[in-house]
Amino acid sequence: MQPFSFSRVHNNREAINAITKENDAKFIGGGTNLVDLIKLGIENPKHIIDINALSLKQIENLPNGGVRIGALVRNSDLAYDETIRQRYPVLSQALLSGASPQLRNMATVGGNLLQRTRCPYFYDAVFPCNKRQPGSGCSAINGYNRSNAILGTSDHCIATHPSDMCVALTALDAIIHVQGVNGERAINITDFHLLPGQTPHIENILEKGDLITAVELPAMPFAQRSFYLKIRDRSSYEFALSSVAVALDVNGGTIGQARIALGGVGTKPWRNKEAEQALTGAAANRATYLSAADIAVKNARGYKYNNFKIELAKRTLVRALETTGGM
Amino acid sequence: MGKEKKYTPAEKIKYFPRRGTTRREFILTMTTAGTAFALAPKIGYAARQRGIPVFENVKLHLNINGAARNISIDPRVTLLDLLRENFSMHGTKKGCDHGQCGACTVLVNDRRVNACLILAATCENAEVTSIEGLAQGDKLHPMQEAFIKHDAFQCGYCTPGQICSAVGLVKEGHAKTDADIQELMSGNICRCGAYRNILAAVKEVQQNA
Repeated sequence: MQPFSFSRVHNNREAINAITKENDAKFIGGGTNLVDLIKLGIENPKHIIDINALSLKQIENLPNGGVRIGALVRNSDLAYDETIRQRYPVLSQALLSGASPQLRNMATVGGNLLQRTRCPYFYDAVFPCNKRQPGSGCSAINGYNRSNAILGTSDHCIATHPSDMCVALTALDAIIHVQGVNGERAINITDFHLLPGQTPHIENILEKGDLITAVELPAMPFAQRSFYLKIRDRSSYEFALSSVAVALDVNGGTIGQARIALGGVGTKPWRNKEAEQALTGAAANRATYLSAADIAVKNARGYKYNNFKIELAKRTLVRALETTGGM
Repeated sequence: MGKEKKYTPAEKIKYFPRRGTTRREFILTMTTAGTAFALAPKIGYAARQRGIPVFENVKLHLNINGAARNISIDPRVTLLDLLRENFSMHGTKKGCDHGQCGACTVLVNDRRVNACLILAATCENAEVTSIEGLAQGDKLHPMQEAFIKHDAFQCGYCTPGQICSAVGLVKEGHAKTDADIQELMSGNICRCGAYRNILAAVKEVQQNA
């Protein structure tokens, strides 16, 4: 590992001051992704700021019917929280489908939002990668791109966003709370992650000095009927080839409201509001689900080894809708 | 007889090595060391500004297997390396070193974690239990007994991690079926393939818990 200095902070203000003062500094929470990438020389922070002592570990019910989740809540604590299991089961299921129990005991909600891609070329420093080294080129576009994205890609990057949690949060319309140098702000999760475009190394809208403090789930009573379906090469401890988070409001065979987000196929957690509109007011049956699935992947672009994902994403969505809404 | 040559202090040390230390040299050494100690953070800061790597140790207080430990470490040291290299507890194994195999599993504040992906410096005031800390004197932990009884290993390399992980699984209390146990042990890989016997061992301890 490259050498770095280390400090501990004890409140939000101290954390923000510390990261603003240093060049190339990183916060560390669970460290499951960051330490791995430092070992590989892909992340090279000069300074690490331990934020584990901050008071960001609560899961609170809000007066407006929503839930506020502290950024340092561990993935396992969130997944097994009774409120989350009953009111937002899709989030619990998504978390439990990711990583291993040990990693979930370590990984934080805030860190999960900032997870880096698992594109094999990002991980292997021998190859050019625009995310790792801007301007060096993308090895995946003409390489072995079976795990790569089919939605939201650019000529500079086709890396898949790896998080399961973020797919559920996207379907649940989550709000990311951030505290920074100029105060606090709230960001909808669909605006939080950025498409690669010409700058794939810039993955989210956070600025220097920003600290993620919480994730808020708005009230969504129909999310009690929600589901996460993950398709992968082995049945456990593996990233998604395709995944779907669904929340459906079905009354007497008709869909009231619908939320769908796709994972494993996009350069960011993928929400398609047009597909949701196709479900709204329609009969809860296979024909409806198939037409929504066609819309969801309408703009998908397959590459040499991942073309199968277009059909796989459709089938994943249809099966998730059938499971949630009935046929 | 020629004039006696004048030697500089450095030459004196070079040409006339001496055992022991004069009072003057002792004071000089201590003063220099004291000044260096006082200046160290500033030198570190200056070096950092120039991009020169510096190693500033971090003070760490934690409890390992019931014993309080105070140590000053390089911030890059992982909890796994701290246990193995600093405290010679070689029970916890280094497998992949990237959080994929589970051989390094230990309990931190009673939760199972991958010691290879934890910077030890982040374990301030933590209670760490490794495989060495499970037995009570000569009496093995029930999970250790069960692994022996069910022959839940072959080469044994993954075993300390499997046992710590299984202890964590039982404490968590979320596994209801065989499939649950298998899923919740998926962070521990056994290349000898002792999975069926591991399942039997975990199940037995869970039923007796």
